[in-house]
Amino acid sequence: MIDWLFFSEIGLAGLGTGGLYALTALGFVLIYKATRVINMAMGEILMLGAYVFMGFTASTLLPIWLSILLAIACTGLIGGVIERVIIRPMLGESEISVFMVTIGLGSVLVGLVELIWGANPQRLIEFIPKEPIFIGEAYLSSKIGYAFVTAAIVLAVFLAIFRTWRGGVALRATAGDQAAAYSMGINVPMVFSSVWVISAMIAAGAGILVGSIGGISPEMGVYGLSVLVVVIVGGLDSLLGALIAGLMVGLIETYAGAYLGGEYKLLATFSLLVLVLILRPYGLFGTHEIERL
Amino acid sequence: MHTQEVTQDSLAVGQGTTEGNVLSVEGVSLSFGGVHALRDVSFSVKEGSITSVIGPNGAGKTSLFNSISGFYKPSAGEVRFLGESVNGVPAPERARRGMARTFQNIALFKGMTVLDNIKLGRHAHLKTNALDALFYMGRARREEMELRAEIEERIIDFLEIDHIRKQSVAALSYGLQKRVELARALAMQPKILLLDEPVAGMNREETEDMARFILDVREEWGVTVLMVEHDMGLVMDLSDHVVCLNFGQMITQGLPKEVQAHPDVISAYLGSGDVAALRRQFKEGKGA
Repeated sequence: MIDWLFFSEIGLAGLGTGGLYALTALGFVLIYKATRVINMAMGEILMLGAYVFMGFTASTLLPIWLSILLAIACTGLIGGVIERVIIRPMLGESEISVFMVTIGLGSVLVGLVELIWGANPQRLIEFIPKEPIFIGEAYLSSKIGYAFVTAAIVLAVFLAIFRTWRGGVALRATAGDQAAAYSMGINVPMVFSSVWVISAMIAAGAGILVGSIGGISPEMGVYGLSVLVVVIVGGLDSLLGALIAGLMVGLIETYAGAYLGGEYKLLATFSLLVLVLILRPYGLFGTHEIERL
Repeated sequence: MHTQEVTQDSLAVGQGTTEGNVLSVEGVSLSFGGVHALRDVSFSVKEGSITSVIGPNGAGKTSLFNSISGFYKPSAGEVRFLGESVNGVPAPERARRGMARTFQNIALFKGMTVLDNIKLGRHAHLKTNALDALFYMGRARREEMELRAEIEERIIDFLEIDHIRKQSVAALSYGLQKRVELARALAMQPKILLLDEPVAGMNREETEDMARFILDVREEWGVTVLMVEHDMGLVMDLSDHVVCLNFGQMITQGLPKEVQAHPDVISAYLGSGDVAALRRQFKEGKGA
């Protein structure tokens, strides 16, 4: 017999995890869509964001909300610098080279964080209310609940702005054809910088949420691998795909963990990946021209 | 409409003056590593004219176009647009000032509809920001929408692509894609239209349609046209002025008839049966 209460509680937790996946995947997809760069350092940027937040809360007397904003702004700035200094010079190189550069960048960021804050896992300051949330009778850990709500709000605002704002049009045009966009009065280099800044900010936000649920460590960037699964399942260049696949992977992972045991989590998500790739090689919502690496 | 009159005047003004020239290229050189794509190329495009750049493959025509539209930075020389030097002005800003171009290999936004592609041409002239887009719903917005719709209708009717406006561009025939690209360029409200091989790969009928559109663009919209084209029939029929390039250098320029009859142009295109001339050409080629 299925215990429906347990089932729905796991489902809620899964959606919570999935919301964070979707949020991080959004950052990933933004960069890919505009610049055709697969940013393997996404997880590390997320980790960096969480550490920067810890830095602000540990060493200053700033209120929490200001620390969050500052951490997000700082990480965004770092994202912009990374684009300008490391990624921009790679423009025109083969995609595999840029891909490798981002892997290297990930390692550099890990090293940097270990140099500054040490290699041991740490806890973020508690800032999410502790009372558990009940939806009907189903229990949901407050951290996951608030993380999901935050992720959902950010995603919703983001998608709404993107549909109507000129920058969204500029991004779609750049994704369609860079030369044409450039000749059409769209400042393509600016679009490149913006997506890195925005993605880094999203990653920092996600990092703070993920870190406050499970603590932070320099290895936390492995989170990026799960997100990679999400974006490949959703289609590398689809914002909607990131959203749906994020929730899907979160749910499947959590259910597998609850019913089969923690060691089956990865098995379940990667099986999903294989299945999707067999049926739809470009992901659920991806465009059919993505080059294979 | 007044552009027509200006055109008449400017044609009377004569050569060499900045007035009447929408665009002038002055001593432009461009090299990639040791390869000289362009050497000291100079010519100007009169307002309201159709000017063509011809030359064999690899003569530097597309390099020239890219230098004019700001994709490449010439190593020497100057490009002047509407009387001002645009050296150092990035491509998007040149687009805003009224340079619209099409590409040799069609560069449409795949996955978007024909209408969306054309609308994107207007992007450079829109000034709304994120907050405007969310909250700015008043009369001004409606007026702008109407104006935009009118322009789009005019372009769509004019180029006879009404029946495909809702279709995705990726599914269209080559000739229609070229036409959509032209429509998008027109939506930019250009002062000059740079067409890179507008009829390449088209059949007779499509070519004739395109020729008619290019002429109409000039007549009805008063837009100056500069094009690169291989189709000699088209070039000779349409152009007021022809510039011929070979190995990155300008061989000659002038009226279509003059250029067509020029011995260097003939040898550049056809080679030469004359051994002495061949030898001379070979030497020059080696020198380059």
